[in-house]
Amino acid sequence: MAMARSFDLGRILRREESKGLALIAPPFVYALLLLAAPLGAIVLFSFWTQDFMTINRTFTLDNYREAFSDPLYMELLSRSLRISLAVTAITVLLAFPVAYFVSFHVAPERKSLWLFLITIPFWTSYLIRVFLWRVILAYDGPVNGTLVGLGLIEEPLAWILYSANSVVITLAHAYAPFAILPIFVSLEKIDRSLHEAGRDLGESRVMVFLRVTLPLAMPGVLAAVLIVFIPTIGDYVTPRLVGGSDGTMIANMIQTQFMRLNNAPMGATLSVLAMSMVGIVSLVMIVLTMRWTRGGKSK
Amino acid sequence: MTKPEPIIRLEDVHKYYGDYHALRGITAEIGQGEFFSLLGPSGCGKTTLLRAIAGFEDISSGAIMLGGKNMEGVAPNHRPTNMVFQSYAIFPHLNVEQNVAFGLRKSGLSAGDKTRAVGQALEMVGLGGYGGRAAHALSGGQRQRVALARALILKPKVLLLDEPLSALDKKMREVMQVELIKLQREVGITFILVTHDQEEALVMSDRIAVMFEGEIAQLDDPERLYRRPVSRRVGEFIGMMNFLDGTLQASGGLSVDVAGLGRADIDEGQIAGAARAGAVSVGLRPETLSILFEDDPKSARSAEGEVAEVVYYGDMTYYDLRLDGAARNVRVSMRNVVGRPVLEVGARARVSWDPRALTVFS
Repeated sequence: MAMARSFDLGRILRREESKGLALIAPPFVYALLLLAAPLGAIVLFSFWTQDFMTINRTFTLDNYREAFSDPLYMELLSRSLRISLAVTAITVLLAFPVAYFVSFHVAPERKSLWLFLITIPFWTSYLIRVFLWRVILAYDGPVNGTLVGLGLIEEPLAWILYSANSVVITLAHAYAPFAILPIFVSLEKIDRSLHEAGRDLGESRVMVFLRVTLPLAMPGVLAAVLIVFIPTIGDYVTPRLVGGSDGTMIANMIQTQFMRLNNAPMGATLSVLAMSMVGIVSLVMIVLTMRWTRGGKSK
Repeated sequence: MTKPEPIIRLEDVHKYYGDYHALRGITAEIGQGEFFSLLGPSGCGKTTLLRAIAGFEDISSGAIMLGGKNMEGVAPNHRPTNMVFQSYAIFPHLNVEQNVAFGLRKSGLSAGDKTRAVGQALEMVGLGGYGGRAAHALSGGQRQRVALARALILKPKVLLLDEPLSALDKKMREVMQVELIKLQREVGITFILVTHDQEEALVMSDRIAVMFEGEIAQLDDPERLYRRPVSRRVGEFIGMMNFLDGTLQASGGLSVDVAGLGRADIDEGQIAGAARAGAVSVGLRPETLSILFEDDPKSARSAEGEVAEVVYYGDMTYYDLRLDGAARNVRVSMRNVVGRPVLEVGARARVSWDPRALTVFS
């Protein structure tokens, strides 16, 4: 009797289980086909070589050797890292005050309007926004025009367009809402009485910000850092359109390898290197932040 | 008993929020080492007053004197007060020890002295050994204790408590009430407690200010407040009070004719506020009435009525009686004594009463 019952129970459990599996199967297959498989293919390609028109499928580390020895690739990788770190730093530093203002100084009933306004740049396509920056930063564009008109400079600045600077400016603008929103959310979650408690316990506004607000907002800041840093390192539209030769990034080289040079294995190798770099830098940032905000955990 | 030097003097404090008049001329003195409560229904201004003392609200006019100094324009971090917040406001990113040590940054203590002070503060609130505990791993009662230790470690002149027990369950609340009283006696710091719970205020306070609509209706020690409320409203708010119609006579000594009870001589102290000769309302507490059973000695003053409602509490029974000749029911609370039956609805009952227990309201 008991045997029979447990057998039945097992069958029901298995039915539940198979139901669950059936439910996750489509997205799982989707993820497998469209994420894992291409990723695997890229890694596989990176160990092959291009033999003129055909691909030599013998396993070799030649591409990696070449990538590490060619100063051009290394320069592009380190420049991409520098540019995206600069973009991340500027975006997050500028996003924080905006998020802080909306969270702490905007009346609650106005907050959603503010968030809505912040997302307005998304109403136009990314490409159009990049082109607009090309106009704004141009040699005879409004920025130079204003600066010359004010008498601050005599000649229009040539270095603000077609350089690493213009890439940083354009990307920082494009990713601003992505940085503002997570920081805003983490600031919203902070219990307001904590600030009063900090003041009550003898700290000035600035010290309460440093000792209470900032540590509690760190998860949002970290999220903003990762959300900005990870995609910008692989961005290739912006450097292509406003970067000039000076602002070219690794993604442009990857594209060149795949398309123009018809060297998919080298492109794959550079992709793997760029991904590893993103992965390592992100991990370091996560670990550092976690160490910094560890206080609340038990020792 | 000589009156202790006041640590806080509130002088005609007014607070407006736009058109809303939240505090209407609060004047009071709070003594050194006193356990003082602000009691009132929600919206009466008690929390606003507490926050004004802490420095989180500016007052519109009047003065808050703390230790002889006017606190106008003094930021909360420069006031000799510390607060236990209703939500406790425990810093979630810090552990217990770091929470308690938060205010010690500018104390000039060495690291060793700080650790010792934190240990003592935690010991004092019964949390010795919890220093390394994460903030999120604390129960409600423990959070309350951390908040207390964090405030008391700074040795404030005044500790402000904003409904500190309202988030706790009944058992825990009773435990913490007793602990707070003990703690206050131990440290000798003035405590100002905000509460809407009259029982809590009666249990804990040396003096209570009952507030309605931004004004102090009565400021007295718990016993006087309970025995001699100055108005019907205070009487109703503090505990339970029966009100019967009566007629006050001032010719040839004071006396009052109470519907359902009869006539009694009273003295001047029993007349609250502006009651004049003529129609009055007579208040009496449920425990000052007593149902007479057959074997009880005959009482000089008794009245008869019918049991309208019986509420059984185990140790007590509350009876609602309709006294003959009275317009309203009176509530009588009786201890349940072995061998005494609990009366049933509809039964006739005789109650004894004492003229000294009456308070006459206008």
